[in-house]
Amino acid sequence: MSVSIIGLIKAAILNGTPLLFGTSGEILTEKSGNLNLGVEGLMFMGGAFGLIGPVIYGNIAGESASGAVAILIALLCSFGVGCIGSLIFSFLTITLRANQNVTGLALTIFGTGVGQFAGELMRVKVGGNVTISNALKAAFADPIFPEALRKIPVVGEIVFGYNLFVYMGIVIVLVMAYFMKKTRPGLFLSAVGESPATADAAGVNVTKYRYLATVIGGGISAVGGMVYTMTIAGSVWNHQGLSGEGWVAVALVIFCLWRPMNTLWGSALFGALLILYLRLPIPFIPTQIYKVVPYIATALVLIFVSLRQRREDQPPAGLGLNYFREDR
Amino acid sequence: MTQNHAVEFKGISKSFGHKVANEKVDLYLDRGVIMSLLGENGSGKTTLMNMLAGIYFPDEGEIFIDGRPVVIRSPKDAFDNGIGMIHQHFKLVDVFTAAENIVLGLKEGGKLDRRKVSAKVRGIAEKYGFEIDPDKKIYEMSVSEKQTVEIIKVLYRGADILILDEPTAVLTPQETGKLFKVLKAMRADGKSIILITHKLNEVMEISDVVAVLRKGQHVATVRTAETNEKELTEMMVGHTVSMDIDRPLPVDPKPRLTVAGLTVKDSEGVTKLDDVGLVAYGGEILGIAGIAGSGQKELLEAIAGLRHIQKGSIIYTPEHEAPAELVGKSPMEIKEAGVALAFVPEDRLGMGLVGGMGMTGNMMLRSWNKGRGIFVDTKAPEKLAEKVLENLDVQTPGIDYPVRKLSGGNVQKVLVGREIASAPSVLMSAYAVRGLDINTSYTIYNLMTEQKMKGVAVIFVGEDLDVLLELCDRILVLCGGRVSGVVDARKATKEQIGLMMTSTDFIHSSPMPGETISQAEAMVAKAREEEERLAREEAAREAEAAAQAAAQAAGTVAETAVQAAPEDAEKEVEKND
Amino acid sequence: MTEKVPLIRLTKREDMAKSKVWLIRLLAFLLALVLGGLVFLIAGANPITAYSTMIAGSLGKATGIKQVVKVAVPLLGTALALAPCFAMRFWNIGAEGQITMGAMMASFFALKMVNSMPSPVLLIVMGVSAAVMGALWAGIPAFFKARWGTNETLFTLMMNYIAIGIVGWLQGGPWEGKPGSQIIPMFDERAVLPRVLGVHIGWIIVLVLTFLMYIYMTKTKHGYEIAVLGESENTARYAGMDVRKVVLRTACLSGGIAGLVGFMICSGADQTLYQNVAGGVGFTAITVTWLAQLNPFAMIVISLLLAVLSKGASTIQTTMGVPASISDIITGIILLCMLGCEFFINYRMVFRDHEELPAAPKAEIPGVKAAAGKEAEA
Repeated sequence: MSVSIIGLIKAAILNGTPLLFGTSGEILTEKSGNLNLGVEGLMFMGGAFGLIGPVIYGNIAGESASGAVAILIALLCSFGVGCIGSLIFSFLTITLRANQNVTGLALTIFGTGVGQFAGELMRVKVGGNVTISNALKAAFADPIFPEALRKIPVVGEIVFGYNLFVYMGIVIVLVMAYFMKKTRPGLFLSAVGESPATADAAGVNVTKYRYLATVIGGGISAVGGMVYTMTIAGSVWNHQGLSGEGWVAVALVIFCLWRPMNTLWGSALFGALLILYLRLPIPFIPTQIYKVVPYIATALVLIFVSLRQRREDQPPAGLGLNYFREDR
Repeated sequence: MTQNHAVEFKGISKSFGHKVANEKVDLYLDRGVIMSLLGENGSGKTTLMNMLAGIYFPDEGEIFIDGRPVVIRSPKDAFDNGIGMIHQHFKLVDVFTAAENIVLGLKEGGKLDRRKVSAKVRGIAEKYGFEIDPDKKIYEMSVSEKQTVEIIKVLYRGADILILDEPTAVLTPQETGKLFKVLKAMRADGKSIILITHKLNEVMEISDVVAVLRKGQHVATVRTAETNEKELTEMMVGHTVSMDIDRPLPVDPKPRLTVAGLTVKDSEGVTKLDDVGLVAYGGEILGIAGIAGSGQKELLEAIAGLRHIQKGSIIYTPEHEAPAELVGKSPMEIKEAGVALAFVPEDRLGMGLVGGMGMTGNMMLRSWNKGRGIFVDTKAPEKLAEKVLENLDVQTPGIDYPVRKLSGGNVQKVLVGREIASAPSVLMSAYAVRGLDINTSYTIYNLMTEQKMKGVAVIFVGEDLDVLLELCDRILVLCGGRVSGVVDARKATKEQIGLMMTSTDFIHSSPMPGETISQAEAMVAKAREEEERLAREEAAREAEAAAQAAAQAAGTVAETAVQAAPEDAEKEVEKND
Repeated sequence: MTEKVPLIRLTKREDMAKSKVWLIRLLAFLLALVLGGLVFLIAGANPITAYSTMIAGSLGKATGIKQVVKVAVPLLGTALALAPCFAMRFWNIGAEGQITMGAMMASFFALKMVNSMPSPVLLIVMGVSAAVMGALWAGIPAFFKARWGTNETLFTLMMNYIAIGIVGWLQGGPWEGKPGSQIIPMFDERAVLPRVLGVHIGWIIVLVLTFLMYIYMTKTKHGYEIAVLGESENTARYAGMDVRKVVLRTACLSGGIAGLVGFMICSGADQTLYQNVAGGVGFTAITVTWLAQLNPFAMIVISLLLAVLSKGASTIQTTMGVPASISDIITGIILLCMLGCEFFINYRMVFRDHEELPAAPKAEIPGVKAAAGKEAEA
């Protein structure tokens, strides 16, 4: 029993890790007042290019390929395409003032297409499964802590039993939480998202903050896609593999009430719900219903928050609205 | 120049398009002095100060700070020169604490040490006697607390020269007292303070010197100790200018609208109207005067059913019909009954017009619900639009051209034209000529007079006293949400009204001709009696034969309506004869 | 004095000649095609051959055209559904879920009641129940929006996945055909929409709907209420409109039409129900509605264009070996270019030293000058 609970917790955290990136990136974006509904597309792109980079590297380096280099390439590729994708979004919504909802959806269509196209193209070129050597796979998916630490009873596996990206995601969230709570730029960022006109009047460069937050946030979200492909999907390209992951991330942003620290447990919870039907089938409760629970929970959170009207729990007041000074 | 002035304007001019806001203003202020900047609405006070705060840039002239010529192009430049302005509309992030708002945009090292900031804020607060909790969220604060945050925000940035734009407009008398205490402490600390205001009693209480602006020009700067309210009023309003507006005598005035004890609070709980009473007669124009924000807008909106009314009654007596209470009725019902509101808000399109639609679409705003079936009738609004276009000479490429793209004057013609077209028996208009050129303004005045001659009760809220004095038959003066009196527009002087607008001394005393509040109340009582009597009669009528009773009742109503007209109004008419 | 005027500042454009507006849009479209051509080059295909293959594959022969119409029908229907919501500034991005729930309800009758009524009655019952279910699915978020101001964008988004999950459950559970197949059986013939000219009758339904929607939006009291509310809630109140009622009613109408589209997809095109019955139509339709600027007739053109792209892409996948996902990429590029080009229609860039036309009185609003300056720097 205890083994299965530990296994469940581990699986939940592992499955939640792509969400940890996807969600924290989108929180950064939304804090600036930009509602980027293109996360799904960004994660698809990140997933595809985060795999293609190491594949090409693996083909070139052959036997001598280093896991660390492959990971670095995967991070750079996925972060890079995420930045490019969200830069397109930023340019359209911030500079050209296009509607955020529609632009985000267009980015999702575009990004999904780019990700799937790149994956399929690789499949055609490679002539089979797009994947990397087992040694490289291990570098991505295997726990990074030595065996000895993991042998510590109970906590060993739960604390030390994960791949690199779990810890990386936690660090990113902690850094982001510190940034938003304890630094001036963090305070200014949330002022930009709450009331761009006020921030503007106080001398904060709204355009710069929105661009930076959206581009970096998009990059982080895209890394989440890479983490999914390289760990959960076993470093093999799957045409539909990432479907819905980005939307869960958007839901989780709301569920976490735009607070980075909440994503730590929120992503594990959503991760658990995504795999619970495999691990813990409850009689009479159909497995598919588990998958719906995250969305129902998020919808309930939305309702609850609007009923309670607590100001701190509300979405950033400027969310989804473009700022143009002459509009007053 | 042995001693440099803290601030000095030399020959400052600024115009917007063809409108001159400031013309060759020379003005100075020394350290440790509180100066009141006094003037009517539109006299250029705020524009002048905005140039000091870096929001506008002067067309001509120079500004000196401590004797140095300075160029102020942005609010940041203003801060760098130690100038801080507290605007009427606060710019604060609601979910932030006071301290967070205060440091917003300041770069003093990367890390944000909230404790340090709070301590510094407390330091400033203690020094000048503010009461503030730096860790309180803005959305939990009262208006007065928010204002405190804005002032400290400015002080935190090291301002020596503070400009406050009508700071007391949003405060209770107690809060005003506290603010003044703080201002005095700042003065003692050597700060220079400029108060933009038009409340004379406050001018007298707090300031050392008073600078008066009129029509964009600097009239004079006087020591407060060496002047009085009467002199200041005269400087402020200037001499009466003849407008030559055609004003026929009211014909057969009958009370149409009787308001009594009207009290209205806004969503923040601030009292906007306090025990207001008035009577508007059919066939006359009742002017409403008052400084901006004295409750004019709220009064009209309350009558139109757009405001929640705390207390009071609004009795509407249509021609040939029984009086009816409007309080509690929906805006739609009030409109249907014949009470029309043409309110021209500051942004012109905020309410009452749909900017993206053409004239036809906007005419429909009144009639869209008419008729049965699911379709809107576009024929009648089209005809109406064409009629308004022709009658009021609206300059537009076509009746389907979006009104947002029309010039301000034409937008107003569309609005006023539509309201008049609904053939109201009460026509309320607010700021109907705001921003219009002379000719268009006269078109609007004539329209109002035309309506009056048709027996409509016209209520006209205006900004320009000269216009009110020549257009209206009677003028009701509001001050701080209360009625300071009603005057005969044919006899009153500008100074008289100016004093009533700015001083609360007149409230509940009635030195001016016209009816007082108690008279209005008596009228309401009378109207209520009438109502009850009519109800009784109705009950009696049911017993009698239907046709006979109906004819009888109509006769009584007409008769009582004439009786209800107060003697005062009749006298007025007689005198004017 | 010239120093204080920034190099470039933006003002809202008052008016632009119709011809110029269309020229800008055409240029944006051409730019999108050129960018799409680059993607073909990356894939190792000749862009010109690829584009002509796409057109030949989709419009060159009757089967292709039928396929295009089949793809365009749900897209157009959903775009129409969204129009009243968007006109009201109610961001219904839940059409995906409303389609799915509509399809589910229609499938219920198709699967369970097929023997209890004649085919025409069954089809009508399916259509009506689908519309009701779709309306309900949109009505829930609208109710919370109208009553408590709950964010409708996020709420309707969540409703999508709840709907998809429910159908997923039915597919693998209660409605499963062969045990373990995870597939719902094909509908009986009696539950399938008849064909006219080789495509299910849905295309006639959406064309009629296009016309009706045009009438609804421009000629009816409801349409007028929606237009006023979309412009300003205050004005709507001033005109005596019941804002809550209008929000709820419009959202339900929108969901109802989306539900009907769901019925057409499952009964006409797929002849069965599965989890991805909406297949992203609900999202793509949002961009169709937006690009058409709520004009129903423009929606016909745009949904046909996107359908041609999608059918053409499947042709080049089989003939040229280019992955069909390229249609998503090109669709995305077209959408992004068209969204971006509106900026040049709505705003004017004023360069320093150019005399400003008096048509921009807003430039004198406090803070604007300094503001535009900083924007240009950034």
